Amino acid sequence: MPSATTSPSKKNAATALPVDTRRRWLRDMLLIREFEVRTMQAYQNRKIGGFCHVYIGQEAVAVGCTAAVEHKDPIITAYRDHGHALARGMEPKYCMAEMYGRIGGCAKGKGGSMHMFDKRNNMFGGHGIVGAQTALGAGLAFATKYQDEVIDEKQNTRVTLCFLGDGALNQGIFHESMNLAGLLDLPVIYIVENNGYSMGTSISRGTTMGHEITAKAAGYGMDSAVIDGMDVLNVYEGMKPLVDRCRETSRPCFVDMRTYRFKGHSMSDPRKYRTKDEEKKYESDDPIDKLANAMISDNELSQEDYDAMVKEVRKEVRDAMKWSENSPEPDVSELYKDVYVDEWGPFTGTSLPEMLKD
Amino acid sequence: MSDAMREDKRVFLMGEEVAEYNGAYKVSRGMLDEFGPRRIIDTPISEGGFAGLGIGAAMHGLRPIIEFMSWSFSLVAADQILNNAPKMLYMSGGQFGCPIVFRGNNGAGGQLGSTHSWCVESLYSNVPGAKIAIPFDPYDAKGLLRTAILDPNPVFVLESERLLSIKGEVPEESYEIPFAEALIRRSGSDCTIVSFGRPLYFCLEAAEQLAKEGIDCEVIDGRTIRPLDIDTIVKSVRKTNYCVVVDQSWPFASVSSEIAAQVHMRCFDDLDNHVFRVNNDDVPAPYAYNLEQEMLPNARKIVEAVRAVTYNA
Ligand SMILES: Cc1ncc(C[n+]2csc(CCOP(=O)(O)OP(=O)(O)O)c2C)c(N)n1
Ligand SMILES: [Mg+2]
Repeated sequence: MPSATTSPSKKNAATALPVDTRRRWLRDMLLIREFEVRTMQAYQNRKIGGFCHVYIGQEAVAVGCTAAVEHKDPIITAYRDHGHALARGMEPKYCMAEMYGRIGGCAKGKGGSMHMFDKRNNMFGGHGIVGAQTALGAGLAFATKYQDEVIDEKQNTRVTLCFLGDGALNQGIFHESMNLAGLLDLPVIYIVENNGYSMGTSISRGTTMGHEITAKAAGYGMDSAVIDGMDVLNVYEGMKPLVDRCRETSRPCFVDMRTYRFKGHSMSDPRKYRTKDEEKKYESDDPIDKLANAMISDNELSQEDYDAMVKEVRKEVRDAMKWSENSPEPDVSELYKDVYVDEWGPFTGTSLPEMLKD
Repeated sequence: MSDAMREDKRVFLMGEEVAEYNGAYKVSRGMLDEFGPRRIIDTPISEGGFAGLGIGAAMHGLRPIIEFMSWSFSLVAADQILNNAPKMLYMSGGQFGCPIVFRGNNGAGGQLGSTHSWCVESLYSNVPGAKIAIPFDPYDAKGLLRTAILDPNPVFVLESERLLSIKGEVPEESYEIPFAEALIRRSGSDCTIVSFGRPLYFCLEAAEQLAKEGIDCEVIDGRTIRPLDIDTIVKSVRKTNYCVVVDQSWPFASVSSEIAAQVHMRCFDDLDNHVFRVNNDDVPAPYAYNLEQEMLPNARKIVEAVRAVTYNA
């Protein structure tokens, strides 16, 4: 099967979309950036524990992809998941409080940085085991299709976005999931956030055909696309037709989303495996600057508007941190909650997080 | 399974050879004809993939039944069934439960060698978040499976290839067997024998033999390992003052060691000897018939254990 490579011209994209939409995306990206900068600080101040992976540099991917689908469409990703949660509409305070290990967190402080879940926003998790979510993504797509077609006896209406890192390409479960998705005609889009590295291993050192990973999709009879993930308009324009086609035909597809993480893999990574020149090159391709500059130079956004936006976002994140700080630690009784739905032995049933209560 | 599928369209069956082949062991015979290929779904040999697919589907509100041709093959799906299914509810802070049934054959099947002779109950019962049921006969197989399908948690149903040919009375109508309700398969007053699934047949055989020697055994079928009905076991041990646990998995850190520990804690003053255990020998399952028979918990070993624990050796 041939692979359809999509790379729309930026000019077209920029003019086709309403200014308000682009402003919103800019703001969403700014929010994620600010959130992650503060996350790093909070981590250094030991407010956040465990492993923590920030999304700085990749903001355009989560924002552009979620914009290309509908709210009812499930999304699922790996552990670098704060950006997806925020792009999907989780309030920053629930995301931050989760990392603070507080009861106000989206998972009551039981999941942490790598495990952001938001039922109301159809965000089916960040997942800590590399590749594990690819099978769950197939299952989400199976379920939406089954619910629409077998239970409701209508046409499939939903598409699942399943994000993975380039490192996950080398996990067996990814290949099993691709095969099942192809065989069972599952409406799922596998989006590889190809930032070139899995921890310190560059894709060329870890993955055969690393220079052309769409070859993997061809092996499973799937259409694929290569999309420049450093430009949110491009991400949206590239994703939209894929999403539409997936919804219509219920066929899976595969995206090589080219991106770059500006920071280390996690909070303890001196980045010895790549050069400063390489980092500089990508930093000059910052997806936020790119959109902001374009809008300002096209007179769609004034410098004052932009500054106000930055300020607003800063306040939002600061408030989220304050809120998290004030949210209590989970009561010890939470230990035995949510192990089983029902109550038996020492287990005390289940209860929803604050986020879903109001 | 068919009853549940007739009542609830969210239930589907997926696994290797479940549809067109009618089940590798014919468990799903006729189901494809009744429910069609959208609900009885053949998969490739891809345990990790279809186990994970089932979990994702359960997170989104379906009620999957995932068949492993053998629980031995579930090991390649370990990350999905041990990490994802049982921990989703906890990790998501109560947001996403995982109502799913994994079922298939467990235990030494008969000269299949080590890779195919897994008894996963000790490994898997170490994991909080899952439930584990082990049917003894056709009546229990139907009732426990129905309870498993209706349960909002992940349930592992460990069936036995060697018991698939056992015949027994099964009511037409559907019924549930509640979890954590052990059943006394034989009552007696001299020694308590606790077991699950296939080894219970050896326990009953041993009990008959011991009865002739004047040792009257009470044989308890635990039915579910998680949740475990320890109360029924404790009550029996308080009566008999002796206890033997028979467990078809390996002895180290096993179901039998857990039950022994709990009985020691709860019945310290009632016991007239420490708890004895009969397990698989602590070796990989061999192929040769005589070696395999010797390695499994058999009636002879159980008889010897009961004699020893009751000071009749
Ligand atoms: C099964 C498994 N093996 C190893 C790890 C440790 N680990 C965490 S992230 C990571 C690198 C993954 O890189 P990639 O998939 O490219 O995602 P990125 O970090 O670039 O977003 C590794 C090896 C893990 N979490 N899970
Ligand atoms: Mg990567």
